[in-house]
Amino acid sequence: MISNRAIDRLLDAASWPGLDARYEITGVAGYGGMGTVYVARDHILDRDVAVKVLDVADLGGLRARRLQREAHILARLDHPGIVPVHDAGSLEDGRAFYVMKLVKGRRLDDLLRDAVPIATRLTMFDRILDAVAFAHAHGVVHRDLKPENVMVGGFGEVYVMDWGVAQDGGSDAEAAVVGTPGFMAPEQQLARDVDPRADIYALGMVLAQVIGEAPAPLRAIADKARHQDAGGRYQKVEDLAADLARFRNQDRVDAYRESPAERLIRFYRRYELPILLLVAYVVMRFVVLVWRGI
Amino acid sequence: MSFPATRLSVVERTRSRDEETRRVALAAIIEAYWKPAYKHLRLKWSLDPDEAADLTQEFFASALEKEVVEKYDPARARFRTYLRLCLDGFASNARKAERRLKRGGGVTLVPLDFETAEGEVATHEPAVDADVDELFYREWVRALLERSVADLERHASELGRPEMFEVFARYDLADEGETRPTYTAIASALNLTAATVTNHLAAMRRQFRKIVLERLRELTSSEEEWEAEAAKLLGRRR
Repeated sequence: MISNRAIDRLLDAASWPGLDARYEITGVAGYGGMGTVYVARDHILDRDVAVKVLDVADLGGLRARRLQREAHILARLDHPGIVPVHDAGSLEDGRAFYVMKLVKGRRLDDLLRDAVPIATRLTMFDRILDAVAFAHAHGVVHRDLKPENVMVGGFGEVYVMDWGVAQDGGSDAEAAVVGTPGFMAPEQQLARDVDPRADIYALGMVLAQVIGEAPAPLRAIADKARHQDAGGRYQKVEDLAADLARFRNQDRVDAYRESPAERLIRFYRRYELPILLLVAYVVMRFVVLVWRGI
Repeated sequence: MSFPATRLSVVERTRSRDEETRRVALAAIIEAYWKPAYKHLRLKWSLDPDEAADLTQEFFASALEKEVVEKYDPARARFRTYLRLCLDGFASNARKAERRLKRGGGVTLVPLDFETAEGEVATHEPAVDADVDELFYREWVRALLERSVADLERHASELGRPEMFEVFARYDLADEGETRPTYTAIASALNLTAATVTNHLAAMRRQFRKIVLERLRELTSSEEEWEAEAAKLLGRRR
């Protein structure tokens, strides 16, 4: 009888991509919905790379189209927050593959389990916004933004991954609604074609996870981004980024109507040092005046 | 060429008007499914070895008499799922009837080695954390791979290159210990160069994938079902 371990090895053997001599597969980086990502050594450029390979050939089918589209999108979106693609093609058995930069790091959902300071979390989120805004500027809507699709490198660099179901241009050939429940905008659950505001909804869901328990203005920003009605959300990623920047600068954010007391507190926090210096000066002057007998 | 480029679906062939074609197709289905069925009855239905063996024989005999396979509707379920549901229904009816389970009319299209199967159940590396339905799938995969490995060995033998299969067996089939042998160790043991081991392994893996997919095509009823089963089999596993 073939043991359970042998079954796993045999299935790995049957899935093993027979790449040419340039790329030597050295391990598995992860398993995705439609393919496996292998770690490989590029013997020509003498570096490690990641190779995404379809599990089945699916010639001309949905998975092959998605993988090829993903490779083309990655090739077009030249941005530090989007993994560069180096090569693409088909294996001898017909399976499509592409070669990309090997990202060493952790998935955002995994990282968020650690006690990461809020400032660091917001910095990472800013980098996600930057990459998504860049994609939107090039007519690409990701459609599956979630913490599992973000990788954070050892130096805090952030990569938005998995562009396989992205919408490139106004419409695409997907036969069904795509995305992940819990991160899909209401309009995305009903229609194949969406606009960038569907990504803004997903970013709102991601932001809510990134900030956890947070001050009311920050929660309001996440809530506005994930408004049920697309018209009630930020209309552009840049608007969301700008409101977050206002929060970080302790300015008034658009998403939150603050009370006079909150405004006073915010004003104090923003100008804490000058206010304390002013108070100290006034107190000192008062003491001097008293000491001189007025 | 020792292996047909495309194996026809045995599920489809059970609908043939030619009696011999039907008989061979049904025998192929029994060959692929009897062991998963036996283990399913032992582990899900908690039957003792004799009861499980009798009910397995009876199920396949009954499946032939009642043309269960021919009634399969691909639009409703995968064939593997359909057959398991039929088996569960059959076992349930047998239990309700509270009757002594008897052999299935002496009809045995292929010799079923229940002694070996029972030995496997006894030493079962539990799929313990899998549920019983997943166990049926796991056993189905095991049976598929066992037959594919046998095909691969035959292929290498017919090529006159048994050492190619030996490289594959030592690297991808052996499961002693946690770590695989190195290419160098295999090369040394078989008196080959490490580069030859690499090339043999790549060739055998390519052929093995081809065989597995052809075997899978044989056990499915449509292109869609084949593709879905292939994606499940070779897709995300951990």
